[in-house]
Amino acid sequence: MIERVFRIVSPIGLLFLWEFVVRVHILDARFFPPPSAIAGDFYQFTVSGELWSNTLITLERVIIGFLIGAIPGTALGLLIGVNRWARAVLDPVIAILYPIPKIAILPLVLLVFGIGEASKYALVAIGVFFLMVINTAAGVRQIDAIYFDVARSYRIRPLSFYLQVLLPGALVNVFAGIKLGIGIGIVLAIAAEFSAAKSGLGFTIWNAWQTLAVERMYVALVMVSILGYALTLIANQVEYLLLPWRADRS
Amino acid sequence: MGPSGCGKTTLLRIAAGLESASSGSIVIRALDVRADALPTAVVFQEQSLLPWKRVRENVEFAFDSLAVTSAERRRRSEEQLALVGLSKFANAYPYQLSGGMKQRVAVARAFAVDPQVLFMDEPFGALDEQTRVALAGELLALWDRSHKTVLFVTHSIEEAVTLSDRVVVLAAHPGRVRSIIDIPFERPRDPIELRADPRFGRITVDIWHLLRQEAAATP
Repeated sequence: MIERVFRIVSPIGLLFLWEFVVRVHILDARFFPPPSAIAGDFYQFTVSGELWSNTLITLERVIIGFLIGAIPGTALGLLIGVNRWARAVLDPVIAILYPIPKIAILPLVLLVFGIGEASKYALVAIGVFFLMVINTAAGVRQIDAIYFDVARSYRIRPLSFYLQVLLPGALVNVFAGIKLGIGIGIVLAIAAEFSAAKSGLGFTIWNAWQTLAVERMYVALVMVSILGYALTLIANQVEYLLLPWRADRS
Repeated sequence: MGPSGCGKTTLLRIAAGLESASSGSIVIRALDVRADALPTAVVFQEQSLLPWKRVRENVEFAFDSLAVTSAERRRRSEEQLALVGLSKFANAYPYQLSGGMKQRVAVARAFAVDPQVLFMDEPFGALDEQTRVALAGELLALWDRSHKTVLFVTHSIEEAVTLSDRVVVLAAHPGRVRSIIDIPFERPRDPIELRADPRFGRITVDIWHLLRQEAAATP
């Protein structure tokens, strides 16, 4: 109970502390506007409708890019996890490509996919893809060998094997990948919007920096944070619903 | 049965098609090909139910490659679950079952696909003595209904004598058949009453001697 109180009081307390140190000029209000000023701008930005439109466009980029990357990433992860030939061929390729910072290939992505929406989707998809491949393959590899014996002895057909043995067996790791993918997807969408967009939260942050609208920058940062939090909560809820067979779910 | 390391489980796995033999061949008497039954099925020692499927789904999953309508799958699964006394647990997940119940479901799954040969690899080995004897009794009752060929690997001499028509004792290094003992008890059998039969003690002791000689011969 007391723990719960602290969980709520601690962030609120931090906001009050922030407000206080700015007001007594310990922190420079030009760089760290007080929470009250940020809240005021948040309100303005909301009533003008710009907050919603920019949030929605970023959300759309994250979700579409995520789906484009996560679905083939999961499928390939299942294949690499179960098939040693696929593993022999693809493991080194992934090990070589994975460490490249995805932001570093933004110019290349812009070159290939152009300045429009496709390049944002592609950048998010690439980042999410690798996380899903790696986590799903690891998930398959930790499936107990007995379930492979069961599938074999009962002559389970390949599609059933993938969808009813491998995928559920790896699902905990798949969701670990999904949650990491949400984080990286937001990072990449924002990064792409910095330099190659006229809308979205990333554009809002960048534009605020160029016009020295520091409060606006914080408003967009808060919104990015809320977006990530909300998507993670949704992922947790979906995971909970999809894993009713876990003894430890309560 | 046989001493540890003699290859009992390996032999069963090769016969069941789970492993391939490094040399030689396995011949199983001609198996009919039927669209609605698997030629063989396996009951494993360890927990082998898919944890993400309910009890009923675990049994029905065994029909995956068979040309059996979903209504028929359900009927045959429910029939087998009823025979092992688990009708009420059809919608439970494996984690909600005891070890004995999980093995009952595994047995129901194997019988549901109506195999001609059933491979059982120490299926009751991880259970306590009482559950073990209870499951042996249920297996005998299931056998009386279906008269299937069962290849059963076990460490327990009493279990072997209780269940079998023939006990094959293997020897290790190299793995080979040491001797084959015919078990004379008529069926149906009661696994507890059987122990009062003087022949039960005699056969059990004979097998003990065989195994002790094997253990002594093994460096």
